[in-house]
Amino acid sequence: MNASRAAVLAFPGRLASFRREGWPMVPITILAVIALLAIFADVIAPHDPQVGLLGERFRPPAWQQGGSAAHLLGTDHVGRDVLSRLIFGARVSMVVGFTAVIFAGVVGTVLGILAGYLGGWVDQVIMRVTDAWLALPALTFAIFLAAIVGPSEMNIVIILGIVYWTRYARVVRGEVLSLKERDYVRLAIVAGCSKRTIMRRHILPNVVNSAIVLATLMLGVVIVTEAALSFLGVGVPPPKPAWGLMLADGKKGLMAGYWWLTVLPGVCIMLMVLSANLLGDWLRVKLDPQLRQL
Amino acid sequence: MKRFVVRRVGYALLSLVVLSATIFVFVRLTGDPSVLLVEPGASKADIDAIRADLGLDRPLLVQYAVFVKGLLKADFGRSFYYRTPVLELYLERLPNSLLLAVVAMAFSLAIGIPSGILAAVRVNGGWDRAGKIFALLGLSMPSFWVGLLLILFFSVYLGWLPSSGSGTPWHVLMPAFALGWYFAAAHMRLTRSSMLEVLGSEYIKLARLKGLPEALVIGKHAFKNALIPVLTLAGINLVLMVNVSIVVETVFAWPGVGRLLYEGISFRDFPVVQTTVILSGVMIVAVNLAVDLMYAVIDPRIRYER
Amino acid sequence: MSDTPLLDVRGLTTHYVSARGTRVTRAVEDVSFTLRDGETLGIVGESGSGKSTLALSLLRLLPPAARIVAGAVRFEGEDLLNKPESEMRRIRGKRIAMILQDPMASLNPLFTVGDQVGEPLRVHEGATRRGAWNRARELLGAVRISAPAARVRNYPHELSGGMRQRIVGAIAISCGPRVLIADEPTTSLDVTIQAQYLSLLRELQRAQGLAMIFITHNLGIVARMCDAVAVMYAGRIVEAGPVRRIFGAPQHPYTRALIESIPRLGEANGRLTAIEGQPPDPAALPTGCAFHPRCPQRLERCATEVPHDTAIATDHRTACWLHP
Repeated sequence: MNASRAAVLAFPGRLASFRREGWPMVPITILAVIALLAIFADVIAPHDPQVGLLGERFRPPAWQQGGSAAHLLGTDHVGRDVLSRLIFGARVSMVVGFTAVIFAGVVGTVLGILAGYLGGWVDQVIMRVTDAWLALPALTFAIFLAAIVGPSEMNIVIILGIVYWTRYARVVRGEVLSLKERDYVRLAIVAGCSKRTIMRRHILPNVVNSAIVLATLMLGVVIVTEAALSFLGVGVPPPKPAWGLMLADGKKGLMAGYWWLTVLPGVCIMLMVLSANLLGDWLRVKLDPQLRQL
Repeated sequence: MKRFVVRRVGYALLSLVVLSATIFVFVRLTGDPSVLLVEPGASKADIDAIRADLGLDRPLLVQYAVFVKGLLKADFGRSFYYRTPVLELYLERLPNSLLLAVVAMAFSLAIGIPSGILAAVRVNGGWDRAGKIFALLGLSMPSFWVGLLLILFFSVYLGWLPSSGSGTPWHVLMPAFALGWYFAAAHMRLTRSSMLEVLGSEYIKLARLKGLPEALVIGKHAFKNALIPVLTLAGINLVLMVNVSIVVETVFAWPGVGRLLYEGISFRDFPVVQTTVILSGVMIVAVNLAVDLMYAVIDPRIRYER
Repeated sequence: MSDTPLLDVRGLTTHYVSARGTRVTRAVEDVSFTLRDGETLGIVGESGSGKSTLALSLLRLLPPAARIVAGAVRFEGEDLLNKPESEMRRIRGKRIAMILQDPMASLNPLFTVGDQVGEPLRVHEGATRRGAWNRARELLGAVRISAPAARVRNYPHELSGGMRQRIVGAIAISCGPRVLIADEPTTSLDVTIQAQYLSLLRELQRAQGLAMIFITHNLGIVARMCDAVAVMYAGRIVEAGPVRRIFGAPQHPYTRALIESIPRLGEANGRLTAIEGQPPDPAALPTGCAFHPRCPQRLERCATEVPHDTAIATDHRTACWLHP
């Protein structure tokens, strides 16, 4: 039985111990709620998020004067229901966030493993690119790419993947370097396993932990970046209701005091990022205390 | 020591090469870079002229060489919108961004360092917990949202501060706070962990054994030592601030290089975009190199590494 | 010389409690000893025996997880355990001083030697910067550092380990304390310098009329430096008495084993005698006498009952069921 098999078989046991220890219920609940909203948006949202009634522009939330029960959280500058847009926005954030994180994670982990395990020129090339790309601020890089290919939901995911894989690569490579020295890896080499087999069966399962922790932490970062891109107009294009886009629209009503268009989308972003960060922190401590330097 | 310097400089140059190649490749990835590098609405003759200029029919490596040559000559092209060399525009706006970054850094240190020290000294106590919450908020609240909230509060509701532009010290307060917010949390975390490490050291133990009052132990002995890593990070972050200020500058219409980048993408002024990105990279690589070298001067052990 | 001991410790017990209160580590358990004016007491034990915790307990500088749960400590007749912190601070460095093991780590790398040596004077005796600086120079001379006027300006990393440990010594004696606690002061020093440092400590003791507590695992040092010795094992004192008596006729099996395990040059035997087994984990001590698993002379009683102190002669006591 190799180490990876053992790791996988231990998982149910680990799950059980999680339940005993007490999961961080608040972030998990928040993320679960957001996920549910995203999945069932069509059913839950009271209005069509992309259709606005010009007669209903700038309605404040229901509890303020001038608000109505039809639009619990008010309407925006073209009369679209804010609540519905927030709910559909959850879908956008979740989809873009998760997809980008997974994309970056897969690419980064694979390249990190290759760089760390194979060494030599493969390592050099991958590391030089990683170092150089890490020198460029993520937002700047993303804007640059968006300016070239033009904004669309798909493009954003790819762009975010391109911008963020380097974070994974660096961490995973470090892990692989230390894993290479472990006995079971050495035994596998002596036993004559091919490089590919070793990387797949011994190295990969062991770096998955770090990758997962990093992914949760990156989720927050990615969402903020996506919001920034949308805010600047190079992210998810209108009329799709991305929270960042709502903030950009909200700015138009800011000076007039239409606070809900600015505060509410931001609160949603904050809640999602906060939950992702808390979850990531907890996972980091749980999965491997040695990962604390992340 | 010399070997170390040569090696680090070599790495830096290599990074710059990779960056320039990356930018070059991505521009050409979309097929026809003349679409980007030509003014919208230009005539066919103009487009052909640009294509000849860039040598788009020549092999890729030659094009790259032309590109790099241009960079080295500090020729970054002309802005479509402003019709002036982009480099000129950039340098014109840079001081504004620097000003904003400096004030933002001052904010972040003024908030981050004392709260970090408090959190460490009263570890696991009330202050520490408050500090942890502050750190989380700093990471989760996007800086531009903080900026918008500040405008809502101080410009719209209270009417105290101007919501855009520059010119008076009042103009700088809100954008600097918004920009510094995230970094304040980062600095607080680092100060806290650095301080905790220092407080566990032997010389602090000895300071207490000498019977020094606790204020002196912390204020004199611990403080200076704990600050070293924080200030190093702050130096790197300062440059980072200049380069990530785009959203804050956009929110507050602050005339810095971030706003320039925004104008670049709004007006489809690609030379501006490309230049800003290149110069961002150059700046950061340069600062990282400078910090590495500075460390080698301070700490002799580093020079003999690897 | 008065009859009241300078330092009188009775039944001192210090425990470390883990964060959730689940593990209790009995670092120091029911320790009693006395220290007279001008006397040098050696406290001997392996690592983990609780020696350092004992020293820190006396000065009440324990980490937050540790607590003094029982006992009394009287210094010059005053009760130290119930003193307010502000008064303890006035005792530390001024009336009771301590030297730590690692001279490199004990000195703050960012401040000059002169600053650090003069600091206790400024704090305890209200000396001025100039006054403290001058005194620092004198003190460096007293610990036999050459060219003290130049050394005062140096930073710690510019000086050798031996010099740094002398500086730590200078800091300790700066305010003329009555008691000096030295926690393994020579362990980090080169062997060649150790002897010099020890003779320096001897000299300082004579000149200042100091009483010393010398914490070490090295019996050779104890033999050379100390008047009395207390042997610690797993947080308790298993034997205590004048040095000559303990070395000449050790009563406790552990003491005996320690003395026998010192390699002696020229002995025909050739084999090194070591004590079987490992020192116990302070958080999971054996029942009864903590030494019984390793004791060649254990009785049945030893596994169940903790032995109490028995006087073998005046000043010589041991805690062992061989001497009930």
